[in-house]
Amino acid sequence: MQQLTEIVEQALDVIEKASDLKALDEIRVDYLGKKGKITDMMKMMGKLSAEEKPAFGQAVNQAKQAVQKQLSERIEGLKAAELEAKLAAEQIDVTLPGRTLEVGGLHPVTRTIERIESFFGELGFSVKQGPEIEDDFHNFDALNISEHHPARADHDTFYFNPKVMLRTQTSGVQIRTMEHEQPPLRIISPGRVYRNDYDQTHTPMFHQVEGLMVAENVNFAELKGILHDFLRNFFEEDLQVRFRPSYFPFTEPSAEVDVMGKNGKWLEVLGCGMVHPNVLRSVGIDPEKYSGFAFGMGVERLTMLRYGVNDLRAFFENDLRFLKQFK
Amino acid sequence: MKFSESWLREWVNPSVSRDELSHQITMAGLEVDGIDDVAAQFSGVVIGEVVECGQHPDADKLRVTKINVGAEELIDIVCGAPNCRLGLKVAVAMVGAVLPGDFKIKKAKLRGQPSFGMLCSYGELGIDIESDGIIELPADAPIGTNVREFLDLEDCVIDVDLTANRADCLGMAGLAREVGVLNRQAVTEPTWEAVSASIDAPISINIEAPQSCGRYLGRVVKNINVKAQTPLWMQEKLRRSGIRCIDPIVDITNYVLVEFGQPMHAFDFNTLNGGITVRLADGKEKLTLLDGNEVTVPDDTLVIADDKEVVALAGVFGGQATGVTENTQDILLECAFFAPLAIMGKSRRLGLHTDASHRFERGVDPQLQHKVMDRATRLVLDICGGEAGQVVEAVSAADLPKPAQITLRRSKLDKTLGHHIPDTDVTEILERLGFTVAVSNEQWNVTTATYRFDMAIEEDLIEEVARIYGYNNIPNVAPVAALNMSDHKEADMPLKRVRDLLVARGFQEAITYSFVDPKLQSLVHPEQTPMVLPNPISVDMSAMRLSMFTGLLAAVGHNQNRQQSRVRLFETGLRFVPDETADAGVRQQAMLGAVISGNQSDEHWSMESNTVDFFDLKGDLESIIGLTAADCEFSFKAATHPALHPGQCAEILRNNRVIGHIGALHPSLEKPFGLNGKTIVFELELDALLQSNLPLAQAVSKFPANRRDIAVVVDEKISATDVMNLIRKVGENQLVGLNLFDVYQGKGVEPGKKSLAIALTLQDITRTLEEKDISETIESVVSALKSEFNALLRD
Repeated sequence: MQQLTEIVEQALDVIEKASDLKALDEIRVDYLGKKGKITDMMKMMGKLSAEEKPAFGQAVNQAKQAVQKQLSERIEGLKAAELEAKLAAEQIDVTLPGRTLEVGGLHPVTRTIERIESFFGELGFSVKQGPEIEDDFHNFDALNISEHHPARADHDTFYFNPKVMLRTQTSGVQIRTMEHEQPPLRIISPGRVYRNDYDQTHTPMFHQVEGLMVAENVNFAELKGILHDFLRNFFEEDLQVRFRPSYFPFTEPSAEVDVMGKNGKWLEVLGCGMVHPNVLRSVGIDPEKYSGFAFGMGVERLTMLRYGVNDLRAFFENDLRFLKQFK
Repeated sequence: MKFSESWLREWVNPSVSRDELSHQITMAGLEVDGIDDVAAQFSGVVIGEVVECGQHPDADKLRVTKINVGAEELIDIVCGAPNCRLGLKVAVAMVGAVLPGDFKIKKAKLRGQPSFGMLCSYGELGIDIESDGIIELPADAPIGTNVREFLDLEDCVIDVDLTANRADCLGMAGLAREVGVLNRQAVTEPTWEAVSASIDAPISINIEAPQSCGRYLGRVVKNINVKAQTPLWMQEKLRRSGIRCIDPIVDITNYVLVEFGQPMHAFDFNTLNGGITVRLADGKEKLTLLDGNEVTVPDDTLVIADDKEVVALAGVFGGQATGVTENTQDILLECAFFAPLAIMGKSRRLGLHTDASHRFERGVDPQLQHKVMDRATRLVLDICGGEAGQVVEAVSAADLPKPAQITLRRSKLDKTLGHHIPDTDVTEILERLGFTVAVSNEQWNVTTATYRFDMAIEEDLIEEVARIYGYNNIPNVAPVAALNMSDHKEADMPLKRVRDLLVARGFQEAITYSFVDPKLQSLVHPEQTPMVLPNPISVDMSAMRLSMFTGLLAAVGHNQNRQQSRVRLFETGLRFVPDETADAGVRQQAMLGAVISGNQSDEHWSMESNTVDFFDLKGDLESIIGLTAADCEFSFKAATHPALHPGQCAEILRNNRVIGHIGALHPSLEKPFGLNGKTIVFELELDALLQSNLPLAQAVSKFPANRRDIAVVVDEKISATDVMNLIRKVGENQLVGLNLFDVYQGKGVEPGKKSLAIALTLQDITRTLEEKDISETIESVVSALKSEFNALLRD
């Protein structure tokens, strides 16, 4: 027994001093292996009397367990230290930039159009597109602008010939829609329009969104309501809005809509009105049964106000330093 | 239309401030564009008379004057103006006066002569009148009176941007009427002594086109003095209306034009041959206009002719030969009603736009001519003297517009506005507008006024009622509508998905002009002829684009010139391809275009970045194609395109139809577009792209998949797609994955050949594949490749 105690003490001592897993494995073989020192003690059992055997057996088992436990702990400890060292060596500068691809962005005009589409889309307005090279019927005649109407002169139209032109407004889309679909109708038509004018405040191409609602009881108070809500949503501000009588050949009553700018001045942002009965008739809709409102807005103007763009021409230069500001 | 506030207030003077007045008329639909003071701010300037005017002893150009300003003592002033002379009434800036620009008048000595003030020019007082020298006030100007007061310089010019329907406000009378309506105030018209004929001066007037000219008044005034001075009050009113003074006769016709909105014309009576005929031109006649230009008069143009020839374009422009000159003694005054349809578009066609045509084509009150003729004659007699003959009238009453008879229904009014305006308000508004109103049974039977020729239908009255009632007094109401669900097709892929994907892949959306430089575009599309704008902004914006390429490439050049070397842009929009079979002779097709140049990514501490090549952009395109879930319908085929590198260009096909091109820009185009380095572009038809396939779920195999890699050597001309397609065909259903993971040329591979390393993943849905099955499939693939492409397995 004395010998067993010494062996255990010895074992514990070398375990403690072992510095790596390999040494520990050797110690295990040395003490607990088939020919190990403690295993050998077990073999002495045969020489003992029947009375002595249980106590001795128990003592050897205990010794075995004690050494095994110490060994395991030590192995765990060394493994943990090793992992720690490994992790420490793997430390990185987490602030270095990742392997990304810089995202691009939509053109601010598209961004505005998408917002407008979503506001009106929610109210059941569907988006309609149309040709940009138009005939005089869809661009003018059907809109109650006869051949020599003074309003034609105001449009600075790019003509290809007297019958074919770049559209000056997206209203032609409304006409095409009404030609093919019966009321109730709720549409908006965003797109490029063209006027022969180029200076600080005009580009020969710009974008409009026009809207049209035709049903049995559409009225002016509703037109006011929807545009008021739109402007409040667009600017996300409860800004002052005013409806000012105006004239468009294709609407009556007609109005222009101004919002109060930050400088205390009214800024015109929209034109609108009740669809003129001649327009409804030109597409075969009975103006006694149906009424409608229409509105149109300049996308660049709205975008400039919304995002503080000062130079209209920046929209079509496609300078990345400008575009990248719109993520 | 510019007008003077104080002139307006002579007609109607509501007790509202200038700003309120401006707001009022703006909110009535006559938008005020601007308000300008008629003179700059100054003080201490009074009317004086030059009572002594002598030569300065030491300066040739200076005069030494004594000025009477009504004070006890005369004032000594040295003046350098050439028009300074004895007896002249002048504007005297006294010592202590402050002129515009904070210029203070002090005692001074000029070449030794004392000067206690300054005689002022219009410019020095900040008044926009061109004149040489100092202001010459009328002889009856009261000495000592403040010049601001005398010239009414507290006045302002209000510029109203009139809409095309409100030509009735193209004269002071109409504006005043409108302001009267808004303020419920009566309007005071100017009065004058009517002119009765003092001589007999008949003239024959014959209207051959009564539909175009319903009334023509002529009146001869003889022995006038055209050298008379237009009175200052008239000069000032004209100036404040934005009209230059010319001679008293022109000034008078211009004056009544802005006063009543009725254009007039004056002929030199003695240059006319016989009577006046109003008729259509025959198309061959020529006329030299007052501005000296000769025009051939188109045949449907309304003209004024004498017995010999055309003497004026009716309602547009007078002729030079019969115009009033400084030698004119006798004049024929014309005051007519020309129908808008007769004038509309005619002047523009000749490149002419005059104050007269502007009014006639919009409309003039058909009942105004007698009054205005009398007014003008009175002014001629008062200013130029002379004797007036009788007014000769040719009229076709049937062709004169009548006031419209319109019924306004209560139901229609309410339905249109969505708001109930009380009966009494409606009636009152209509009456205030000068209309005759009979109220009966839920409706108003309205007879409008001849000066509101824009009134024709019920909606016109509704607008008038709403306008005067105030748009902003009508509530804002949320629209009510039936909730109809429209048809939606899931397979219609929204453009937004494509845009968002491109943005996520680092593209910036561009919007370029639809018209491009024809020279640049012809390099990209030498075989196509674009539509060209006859009147473009400039030549480099004159050709309608045939693709997105020209605009996008120019945008890359713009950015590279500004140190932005890494460019990734896309654009969607129409291209315009001339096509006789299409509407308006042009196919307007929605396209998606993209361009990249520069490095694949920004420089990065741990990523390699090379210059972009074909496969960078092709990868982007393949991602977009992936959105359709119809990848197998798309293919790429080597092709040529005049703008693209002949060895790096592909057609993009969907179901074997060419829908676009992708490729590296042809190096010869780099210089004209100002590009550096490699540029890759693609363009494809959006409609062909935006059709997606709906998912159709398949069972997932429970059995393991097996991967086998093969490397085959084929001729380098053989396309990878053909190889892959053959493997797919042979592999049939068991082939669930196919990936080309390496392409190699070089050591170990014969020149002219390439080695393709391909991974095949095999799997069966019903069982685990045995080694035997797998090798059979691989063998059949290899042997098919061998027989089709002469491919050899590489060890």
